[in-house]
Amino acid sequence: MSRPAPRRASPASRAGLGALGLVGAAAVFELIPRIGLVSPRYLPPTTAMLAALGREATGAAFWRALLDTIHGWALGLAIAVALGLVLGVAIGSVRGLRVATASTIEFLRPIPSVALIPVAVLLYGAQLRSTLLLVVYASFWPILLQVIQGVGDVDPVARDTALAYRFTPWATIRYLVLPTALSYILTGLRLSAAVALILAITAELMIGTPGLGKEIGVAMASSAVPAMYALILAVGLIGVAVNVGFRALERRMLAWHTSVRLEAAR
Amino acid sequence: MTAVARRLVRVLALPAALFALWWIASAGSTSFYLPPLPRILAVFGPTWSARLTSDVLPSTARLLLGYAGAVVLGVGLGVPLGARPRLRAVVEPTLELVRAIPPPALVPVFMLLFGIGTPMKLLVIVSGAIWPVLLNTIDGVRAVDEVLADTCRCYGITGARRLRVLVLRGASPQIVTGMRQALSIAIILMVISEMFASSSGLGYAIVDFQRGFSIPEMWSGILLLGVLGFALSLVFRVFEARALGWYHGLRRTRRGDA
Repeated sequence: MSRPAPRRASPASRAGLGALGLVGAAAVFELIPRIGLVSPRYLPPTTAMLAALGREATGAAFWRALLDTIHGWALGLAIAVALGLVLGVAIGSVRGLRVATASTIEFLRPIPSVALIPVAVLLYGAQLRSTLLLVVYASFWPILLQVIQGVGDVDPVARDTALAYRFTPWATIRYLVLPTALSYILTGLRLSAAVALILAITAELMIGTPGLGKEIGVAMASSAVPAMYALILAVGLIGVAVNVGFRALERRMLAWHTSVRLEAAR
Repeated sequence: MTAVARRLVRVLALPAALFALWWIASAGSTSFYLPPLPRILAVFGPTWSARLTSDVLPSTARLLLGYAGAVVLGVGLGVPLGARPRLRAVVEPTLELVRAIPPPALVPVFMLLFGIGTPMKLLVIVSGAIWPVLLNTIDGVRAVDEVLADTCRCYGITGARRLRVLVLRGASPQIVTGMRQALSIAIILMVISEMFASSSGLGYAIVDFQRGFSIPEMWSGILLLGVLGFALSLVFRVFEARALGWYHGLRRTRRGDA
């Protein structure tokens, strides 16, 4: 076998191939119910799903639910990120704290966020605060761990230099800690944003707080199958938007960073 | 010996303090929803020893089965996708879309298609836990050392042997990372799938307690989930130390040389 030349597909042809894949998947899901492999009552063809999505998108209820979901997601994420940044910087910069908290973090982190669902139901019922409890708990850990790691990653020589020049605490954070930790923080932000969306939808679905998740549950209960699939598709599209958005943010804010420059140069 | 003791104190100090804090803060609690910790602990043993075979073991079995399925599928699909850039370009946007759907939102779909039995629960776990394994496998296979790949070609190592000694071995650090992330996702989805529609399992039991207002029992279930998560992550760490011992050793020597 001759060595395959490292051919790099151009972005345009990659996008074309990707679109081909999407169309192919849509075709498969169009055909499965049409040839009777699965009853269309349970799995409507792609076109029916898209039509239902179109119908949903013209109703006000859909947009209200969408705003509710985004509201819970954004608020929960903001609280989690603020907490994660403050605690992460504190824990990451003091070695003793890092050692002392490691075991606690290891214990608390694997507690499934969904275990809090009954607690949220009892304490807050079907309110925004229930969503927030789950979203904040779940999305706090990725950002916290990334911040701790990022702050701990500061170059010792640079740190000594800052010490020798008697940087003020503020200058140390601004010129030493932040540039090092930024790439970690942004990765944590992206991870947390995705987790927060998952938990927002989960809370709405399981507890019944207003939002797209609740609408999915309602559609299921009233066996409005195409509408249910349409809503799930809509949630997926929001997820893609969140991922793409945060990745773009990362690229923008880290334009000076070696990892991004290397990728761009390729 | 004293170093070990000191380390132990450091590791255990904060958890012990937090536990004590919970104990003291909740001691005089008259809130119906936040019972004193001693009461939660008092019901822990009786509650879960009675439900061990009916709830705890079935849940754990489903969790492990679903997790195993996710790992096998994730690695099985990740290897060809990682090795073939064109294939990857074709399926990437589709995967991106499916991945962005929160797995709990798929529970209604699986219930519709497969009923509320064990297959539905396993599928829910697989559908969520597969992503970290799949994506990390793809990355790991893409990043297989080129010199090693050339060496394999020179020695005529192909087929299954190449897969075992080069591709899977080379990608294993990433695969294990993905497996670690998948484990916590699998626990979450195990609970969710049981909370939805079930007559057995940990998630079902906790929701059942909540609906019956057996609050200390509910809290004990939450504690049990925490312990389960923690225990599994400990087991995983032992597995990782054994499976990736060569890799951590390699990194240590490299760092020593540098």
